[in-house]
Amino acid sequence: MRYLVSVIDDKDNPGSTDRQPAISAFNERLIAEGHWVFAGGLADTDAATVIDNRGEQAVFSDGPFVESKEYLAGVWVWEAPDLDVALKLAAEASKVCDRKIEVRPFL
Amino acid sequence: MDVRAAVSRAHREEWARVVASLTRRFGDLDIAEEAAAEAFATAVQRWPADGVPPNPGAWLTTTANRKAIDRIRRENKRDDKHREALMVYDAPPESVGAIDDDRLRLIFTCCHPALAMETRVALTLRMVGGLTVPEIARAFLVRETALERRITRAKAKIKAAGIPYRVPSAEDLPTRVSGVLAVLYLVFNEGYLATGPGTDPLRHDLTAEAIRLTRLIRALLPGDGEVAGLLALMLLTQARRTARLSSGGELVALAEQDRGAWDAALIAEGHRLVRERLAASAAGAAPGRYQILAAINAVHTSARDMRDTDWSQILALYDQLVRLDPSPIVALNRAVAVAELDGPQVALAAVDRLQDTLDGYHAYHATRADLLRRLGRGDEARAAYDKAIELAGNTAETAYLTRRRDQLR
Repeated sequence: MRYLVSVIDDKDNPGSTDRQPAISAFNERLIAEGHWVFAGGLADTDAATVIDNRGEQAVFSDGPFVESKEYLAGVWVWEAPDLDVALKLAAEASKVCDRKIEVRPFL
Repeated sequence: MDVRAAVSRAHREEWARVVASLTRRFGDLDIAEEAAAEAFATAVQRWPADGVPPNPGAWLTTTANRKAIDRIRRENKRDDKHREALMVYDAPPESVGAIDDDRLRLIFTCCHPALAMETRVALTLRMVGGLTVPEIARAFLVRETALERRITRAKAKIKAAGIPYRVPSAEDLPTRVSGVLAVLYLVFNEGYLATGPGTDPLRHDLTAEAIRLTRLIRALLPGDGEVAGLLALMLLTQARRTARLSSGGELVALAEQDRGAWDAALIAEGHRLVRERLAASAAGAAPGRYQILAAINAVHTSARDMRDTDWSQILALYDQLVRLDPSPIVALNRAVAVAELDGPQVALAAVDRLQDTLDGYHAYHATRADLLRRLGRGDEARAAYDKAIELAGNTAETAYLTRRRDQLR
């Protein structure tokens, strides 16, 4: 199964900023064990633009689609045989990133 | 044998087996649940005319399998798992061991940590216990439609998120078993002291169901100390059930219970389990919280009366429990033992230290009220009883507390 793994940060209580070496090492392991599909850190939500072209013409607006204290700081896509495997990896990922993790299956 | 009795016995004994084996075969809880329900409905129709089959379990499994296959064909499912299930239709029946394994898989799936606690309880009672949605809704005072939705959502999540249908690995087993035991203990406690004005104060249907499911886990995991501990704890509590409620519908405190009315067979079984765990502890296995709670209840059920109770043994067990679980509720229960050994004054000081965390908990105020009463501090006791009555959710307990308050001079 394929899972979207979201790294969630908190504006009021951000995780530590020195995690990159640990994340890289964790990524190496994900690749070696066949779980890695994609990984990427995201720029600040201030850099986001929302586009709505459902009407007459496209409307562009500055900022994320929802303002919240907690926000998406990065994503992984993992391949795992079942949720237990994904949750175990996610528990490690939360330690590695020093942030909360959400695991959500693709359809 | 009476056919209706045969159907309800088969339901009790075979429901979980049927659901579990269908879930493994079809990879779908929804199909398994519906097909099992249809098979039992068919039994109700057919057995009175055709007679009870020699092997009701096999009959129900075969019938449920046919119902499931009918549904899959009807809905023209193209899932690989379903195709595979159709192909193995004529496979010989599995050994009993494999089937028991299925039930264990089913329990671990229903109690998966990715599901909310109340969902786990509802799903376990439905899928493993075979209780109907209206029965579960009544037990937990929720609306049927809300409960139905919760169960439907849970089944959808299990499928969509890939919650596996298997017994966890040895490394994960201890935490996952404790998750299952937490669900069963919650069901038991709701029966032991039911909440709400519209329900019986003691729900024997829930306590009995919790014991039945814990026996099942015990049969499947006989070496697990906490499983044995929880079963012993439930049996030793259940043994006192008739003595816990007066004819007037009032809860009877331990000190006032007619110990002759306790169930000697349940106590003997509970004590056997506690002795088994004591032997294991002596051999070096550290007891968990259910085993310690069971041991405390074994001391109570070994005593002829309150004075005969080995309170120093109980206090030593609570000290052991505090080291495992330093929660204020354990500290509150420990204080009750302290009162018997060192007097109500010492116990009250310990209880008062818990005010910040337990001020909203009825048992905190009930315990304080009793200690204040014993110290002759009537006005303060009355205020504490008032607070306890206001917070208590159980009708029999409210009646008991009210009488105690009104007896204050």
